[in-house]
Amino acid sequence: MAGITYGTIYAIVAIGFNIIYNTTGIINFAQGEFVMLGGMSAVTFHQFMPLPLAILCAVIVTLLIGAIIEIVFIRWLHKPSVLRMIIITIGISILIRESALHVWGESVRALPYFTGTSVTSINLGGVYVTPQVLWVVGVSAVAVAVLTAFFNYTLLGRQMRACSANRDAARLCGVNAGNMVTLSFMLSAAIGAIGGCVVCPITYVQYDSGTPLAIKGFTVAILGGLGNSTAAVGAGMILGILESFSIWVLPTAYKEAISISILLLILFVRPSGIFGSSEASRLKEF
Amino acid sequence: MRARYLPVVAFAGLVVAIQLATHFTDSAYHLTQLTMTAYYSLLIVGLCMLIGYAGQISLGHAGFFAIGGYLSAFLTTHNLAPHQAGALISLLSKSGLLVTRSDLYGGSLLTVHPWCACVAAAIVTVAIAYLVGGPVLKLRGHYLAMATLGFGVIVYRIVLGTEFLGAADGISDVPGFPLLPGLEIAGKSSLRVPNYYVAWGLVTLGMVLLLNLIHSRVGRALVSIHGAEDAAGAMGIPTARYKLNTFVLSAVFASLAGVLLTHYNGGIGPSEASVMKSVRYVAIVAIGGMANLWGALSMSLVLNYLSLRGYLGSFDDAVFGTILILIMLFAPDGLLRRHLFSDVKRLVTGSAADEEAP
Repeated sequence: MAGITYGTIYAIVAIGFNIIYNTTGIINFAQGEFVMLGGMSAVTFHQFMPLPLAILCAVIVTLLIGAIIEIVFIRWLHKPSVLRMIIITIGISILIRESALHVWGESVRALPYFTGTSVTSINLGGVYVTPQVLWVVGVSAVAVAVLTAFFNYTLLGRQMRACSANRDAARLCGVNAGNMVTLSFMLSAAIGAIGGCVVCPITYVQYDSGTPLAIKGFTVAILGGLGNSTAAVGAGMILGILESFSIWVLPTAYKEAISISILLLILFVRPSGIFGSSEASRLKEF
Repeated sequence: MRARYLPVVAFAGLVVAIQLATHFTDSAYHLTQLTMTAYYSLLIVGLCMLIGYAGQISLGHAGFFAIGGYLSAFLTTHNLAPHQAGALISLLSKSGLLVTRSDLYGGSLLTVHPWCACVAAAIVTVAIAYLVGGPVLKLRGHYLAMATLGFGVIVYRIVLGTEFLGAADGISDVPGFPLLPGLEIAGKSSLRVPNYYVAWGLVTLGMVLLLNLIHSRVGRALVSIHGAEDAAGAMGIPTARYKLNTFVLSAVFASLAGVLLTHYNGGIGPSEASVMKSVRYVAIVAIGGMANLWGALSMSLVLNYLSLRGYLGSFDDAVFGTILILIMLFAPDGLLRRHLFSDVKRLVTGSAADEEAP
């Protein structure tokens, strides 16, 4: 079950990557920091308000931070090179992490379990799981469903997809491409924050917990094929389960090395991802 | 003397001037950090070659630094005496590759000679760099950045999780690196001035090497790869081989820097392999102007020194992050880019801006 929990959070980070990649062609290296920010600010808000309200506030705060980042750093750049964007987003992730260190300190925090406690368990056909795992999987499933519906059935979602398909054409049709990019950063920050909130009772959260998540989220995004959010969910499960099995074979300290080796392997052998088509990826620009 | 070497002479003059300044102001303790800065600079000029000239980003160079440092530290501190009966060990011992010395508590230690350890570190680095570089350099853009970052994280996790590499504590009590009788690379205060000169002498040597490379056929080929890889390939330049060789060269620079700094500090810890270090190196190269060895070197001197002296305090990483963003937003060609002077002149005279040659 630990595999599925971690797999879900990796999938959420990967979806965050995909949303921004789809509208801008940028890989946002600060994606893991959104998850950290969501978890950290939810813990802080929970000191003054009930849990659901605290989570809502945390998501809104992270969403606003996402918007600010886009407006301050990304929006006014004219056709930036890929190298430049990589370095800028890495810089942003460092800034967020260091600010978090100065605001919250080095202590490890966690939200309480949403229902029950850490010892409560539910019998699911012979397997005992804590209710929080169900929360993680449930909330993530809802988030993915809502996102899919948003992109397919709402005007705004369709406009965003239009931007990713052909920015100039979208602009000619009256879509404000700049706002769509801001919106994609907000969406991706929000989904990261939701993920951070639901998972932090189990995994805990610390100022530097974003970077490993970003790397694994990227692994999952590549595994599923960059830009393909449904495949990312499957890929997330695969990575999470592989990782939890690797503990049987190798010491826990190498857990992260395992998943990154998988990333390297995928990049070397099949950069289009296991679910993607290599024909399509050749046409994309990295 | 060709114009290419004028800056080298000026640089050597600067190195001497700094030493004299610290001598007369009675602040020789600064030399310790300056020596450490020199070894980091060695890595940075190598990385500058890769990023600026070959146009390939690497977010994993701290990994190569750590491979060199850790290998050398492990080989020179691991006691082989219990295995002395083994055929391999006695063969090594007879061929003079091992040394006996006494440890802190007076017990005798049989370890690999630092020179052999250094050569071993270099060979292993070359092997790893070829192994990793081959497939990695086929990638571009985001994928290349993530793959090198991944390599760095793997090295970090391995040194952090491996018991015989000291796990979170790293390796300490690394002996000095003997150069001549009476001269070794070590952190003793009696050897501070010679060590300072040795370190910066090595940096100067590295610079001369790289400057010659840049102004050769290979260097021009690399610049053309950076400009337009496909076009360079069409002109008959073996792009893959040149990129790979530059990658290996910069990895060796990083590894040697790791070896020497480890001997100088007498130890190495896992933080040397962390991703933040790699990012910091890239930041310094970026500020220096990407394809500008002198810019990278001077920025490395200033920033590494400030950071090592602790002037940046707990905002150390944040400062580097901020610098990185500001440079990339406002001056993506770097602060000290090569056409800076002509650009300023053009601004002053107000003539129309024509396209810069890369």
